[in-house]
Amino acid sequence: MKEIVVIIGGGIAGLEAASQLLKLGYTPIIVEKSGQLGGHVAQWNRLFPDMTPAKDLVSDLIASSKDANIFLNAEISFINRLKDNYNVMLSNGISIISRYILFTTGFRLFEAQKKEEYGYGIYNQVITNADLEHWFNTGKDDRINGKEIKSIGFVHCVGSRDEKARNSQCSKVCCITAIKQAIEMKEKFPDAEIYCFYMDLRLFGKKFEDFYIKAQRDHGIHFIRGRVSEVSENIDGNVIVKAEDTLLGKPIKVTLNLLVLMSGMVCNPDSTRSASMLSLPIDSDGFLKSSDNVMHITSSPRNGIYYAGACTGPKTVPETLAEARSAVLEIHSRIIGQQK
Amino acid sequence: MFGFRISPSSAINLDNVSRDRFSELCRIEPDALRCMACGSCSATCPAAEFSGMSVRKVLLYLQRGKEEEAFKIMNNCMLCGKCTMVCPRGINTRHLLLTICRIYEKEDRR
Ligand SMILES: Cc1cc2nc3c(=O)[nH]c(=O)nc-3n(C[C@H](O)[C@H](O)[C@H](O)COP(=O)(O)OP(=O)(O)OC[C@H]3O[C@@H](n4cnc5c(N)ncnc54)[C@H](O)[C@@H]3O)c2cc1C
Ligand code: SF4
Ligand code: SF4
Ligand code: SF4
Repeated sequence: MKEIVVIIGGGIAGLEAASQLLKLGYTPIIVEKSGQLGGHVAQWNRLFPDMTPAKDLVSDLIASSKDANIFLNAEISFINRLKDNYNVMLSNGISIISRYILFTTGFRLFEAQKKEEYGYGIYNQVITNADLEHWFNTGKDDRINGKEIKSIGFVHCVGSRDEKARNSQCSKVCCITAIKQAIEMKEKFPDAEIYCFYMDLRLFGKKFEDFYIKAQRDHGIHFIRGRVSEVSENIDGNVIVKAEDTLLGKPIKVTLNLLVLMSGMVCNPDSTRSASMLSLPIDSDGFLKSSDNVMHITSSPRNGIYYAGACTGPKTVPETLAEARSAVLEIHSRIIGQQK
Repeated sequence: MFGFRISPSSAINLDNVSRDRFSELCRIEPDALRCMACGSCSATCPAAEFSGMSVRKVLLYLQRGKEEEAFKIMNNCMLCGKCTMVCPRGINTRHLLLTICRIYEKEDRR
């Protein structure tokens, strides 16, 4: 019998897992809440560290998983445990019996309007990292088009490392995303002064530090160590940003034509909801809790339930893809072990 | 009256910082932009103890338009080159300091 694996979430983790399961001869079923595949990456434009077009990655993944059963606009209504199986009931009325469920439910972007002091949704010239990717993709945004852009600011750690916003964790990808976007904006607006306001620069990944040096040396991007404390709007509709230059120990202020907030990666409430149907534990950062954060990041404490990608915490694309493959291998080993 | 006087604001307003000289410096010494504020240069500097000399601070002051402050500490540099030896970004700090003197002095003489 061809073993069925239910994959909850059709982002890059779900697609990569489906494609690998197909290669091994299994029957993956992808349940995707939205009307399209690719998750967050489908909204991005070019990916660090090599500026790979996100569109290409997503369409490759969709092509290699096309033989999976895919339900779009479908959610999990309930899941219950039978003797050796799970019964997964979808919102479209379909029910699936399977021994294996893979969570690839991803993350949610922190809602920047929650940090009222930064003025997202209040001041016109304040946008988010996701809005900027959208502009790179579509060229549509009246906050940028037709405006004089001479100064741009990037605010790191928006809703991350912020206990008041109830996210004490670092979102990991936003320092490098800020630097990537700062360089992209400098290329589009060569006369603009660009400022990154950071608390720490966390550039952990392959070639990330090179990006930082390039931003400094080749693009003259100004890095200011200090968290933006307050944003206000002036009569021209530009925004005034206040921070402390903590390396100098002096307050600093600057008027900007555009301010980009680096919204963080936080746990996805849809993911938590589905997990609660199986009483799966939640980790202290709000993400799904792996059975072990060192050795078994893709395993849950329940038999037959696995995780891959950003549902267990902030991840980059290559990390997410690697986890999807690793989760598939674990499922495969378990199936083979049970056949013996 | 006692105790009241208006103290000049120490805040930095980046809108008013003139970048001409620093841009000229960067044209000649692009490495001026690569400092990551690690402080190795200041920690090793023999002049730091009594004068507060720090290449890190000089670069920061210049970028924030605080040229007076930069010159004040730079006066104590002995050009010994120890800072160049330790800079992890490989910045030729000694050479950089000399170029700073050249550019900023030239302007002052005008
Ligand atoms: C602004 C920004 C830029 C980034 N740029 C880069 C980059 O350049 N390079 C890089 O390596 N990484 C980048 N990343 C990280 C990258 O976005 C993540 O690594 C990736 O999205 C994780 O994929 P995922 O499949 O785990 O989750 P997601 O992309 O979040 O996908 C999850 C999918 O599951 C669906 N879903 C969720 N819950 C349910 C449910 N209960 N039922 C059904 N479906 C559900 C969602 O609708 C979604 O389609 C960036 C992140 C941000 C925030
Ligand atoms: S990656 Fe950088 S911007 Fe993002 S939360 Fe961590 S420190 Fe802040
Ligand atoms: S060259 Fe000047 S700044 Fe550098 S270590 Fe010597 S005295 Fe200090
Ligand atoms: S040692 Fe080099 S990188 Fe470190 S603060 Fe000094 S100049 Fe900057």
